[in-house]
Amino acid sequence: MEQPLTKNIRPGEPPLDLSGYERAGGYQGLRQALRQKTPKQVQEEVTQANLRGRGGAGFPTGMKWSFVPMGDGAPHPKYLIVNADEMEPGTFKDRLLLEGDPHLMIESAIIAAYAIEADIAYIFLRWEYKLAEQRLEKAIAEDYEHGYLGKNILGSGYSLELYLHVSAGRYICGEETALLNSLEGKRAIPRAKPPFPQVSGLWGKPTIVNNVETLCNLPHIINNGAAWFKKLSRSGDGGTKLYGASGKVKKPGVFELPMGTTIREILEEHAGGMRDGCKFRGLLPGGASTDFLTEEHLDVPMDYGSVEKAGSRLGTGTMIVLDDQTCPVGMVQNLEKFFAQESCGWCTPCRDGLPWTAKILSALEDGRGEPRDLERLALHTRLLRPGNTFCAFAPGAAEPLQSALKYFREDFENHIRDKRCAYS
Amino acid sequence: MLTESEKKEIEAEARHYAYKRAACVDALKVVQRHRGWVSDESLRDVAEYLEMTPDELDNVATFYNLIFRKPVGKHVILVCDSVSCWIMGYERVRQRLSERLGIGFGETTADERFTLLPIVCLGTCDHAPAIMIDGDLCRDVDPEKLDAILAQYR
Repeated sequence: MEQPLTKNIRPGEPPLDLSGYERAGGYQGLRQALRQKTPKQVQEEVTQANLRGRGGAGFPTGMKWSFVPMGDGAPHPKYLIVNADEMEPGTFKDRLLLEGDPHLMIESAIIAAYAIEADIAYIFLRWEYKLAEQRLEKAIAEDYEHGYLGKNILGSGYSLELYLHVSAGRYICGEETALLNSLEGKRAIPRAKPPFPQVSGLWGKPTIVNNVETLCNLPHIINNGAAWFKKLSRSGDGGTKLYGASGKVKKPGVFELPMGTTIREILEEHAGGMRDGCKFRGLLPGGASTDFLTEEHLDVPMDYGSVEKAGSRLGTGTMIVLDDQTCPVGMVQNLEKFFAQESCGWCTPCRDGLPWTAKILSALEDGRGEPRDLERLALHTRLLRPGNTFCAFAPGAAEPLQSALKYFREDFENHIRDKRCAYS
Repeated sequence: MLTESEKKEIEAEARHYAYKRAACVDALKVVQRHRGWVSDESLRDVAEYLEMTPDELDNVATFYNLIFRKPVGKHVILVCDSVSCWIMGYERVRQRLSERLGIGFGETTADERFTLLPIVCLGTCDHAPAIMIDGDLCRDVDPEKLDAILAQYR
């Protein structure tokens, strides 16, 4: 089984330095892109490969790029931004790439920047990823020294400046337009779309924001071609995927597997199944802002279309497992408290609705719930739907809540009837 | 007054952006690195240096949870309270820390050694529960071993 994203990563060992990375075939993708392909041809190869965004939304990467104005008439500077602000609860996959193979990250960023003819690239990294910060800084310095960054890269005539920006917290910074405001030195509040960042992004210039894992596929697509990339997958979506599992499983971790591997295989074979004494009850397939799935969904392949058909979203692909000793109401309370706290406060349904749901849930957990609370919670999941808010934050927050009300209704009702949480 | 080395570090960051004020988050972090937190006086100095009003800068400073606008202890303990850590026993870690230090979230010990704060998912969910002390990640935290961990931070 091919594992292009993680092939250089050895757990517990420092990442490859520049010469080691070159010996492992590194920077061949970039060389090939610069020498043999025009930016538009790179875009087309990626579109052919059917690479979709790994940050959560799953938008086709080639299509995203295709809206950037190109050629002589395009406004400059154009920007490429690596979204390394991994903060979705239960998600720990980009960390592996950033710490494990920083040169892959940088090569990937340069290829993406070339594909949209960007002048400047930023890696937007969360503050807490200290080891990634150190390793990226070192790798960037090596790359400048050896002509992979800066003016006239490898004699191609293409120039790119790349900077590492280390943020100062807040989950909403990972939302692409909020990230742009944050980079401009403002409060990280999402922007209305249109205009889309591809046309008017950072300081009003054409900008692409791509997730770490999404980008790290690029050198491999350029090296091996779109047909190879599609064949890695067991589904229509190209490539491998970094899947993860956390919660009370025997071997929590991140696993690079073919896109479309089933939930059962990830849970039982790779994560080792449930810990002794625990039974599986459900899971969030791709981070905190995805709908619960349950036992009936274990054979669902983890690709964008299949998970959607099952009533949830692939999201980040890192699953959070709920076991039979953990209270589903308490878990949802924890999630909604997180969302209420991290709401940027810009629009009303999110700013006021989320603290309200968190309050109701904590009343339920404390045995102070009343029968009407379940209607109130259901009402909120409708009020927080897409179209009622500025960005996808609140609709994401509604997903675990609405599905918990559906799958774990009895638990909610028991809390109200017994006036206590039976799990604590 | 900003020191020369603070100014130099802020200048180095500002060169990365098309506009000076974009460096304001970096500038706040520079000051915090040197002084532990961002006082009203520091805030005014940074604002002046970046040609912003203090209100504009405070608007930004108060948004980001890792910019401290109040004094903190010598060591800052961030306790992950997100979902995977919650499932894996965050509550016992928090309780134990509170008992040992005699403080709750948002508080600093009387000897100004530790400040205790919650943090969102630290992105190390396969090693939950997790905490971070001064940027050092501690994973698979066993509440019984917290004393030994704290002892490393004098």
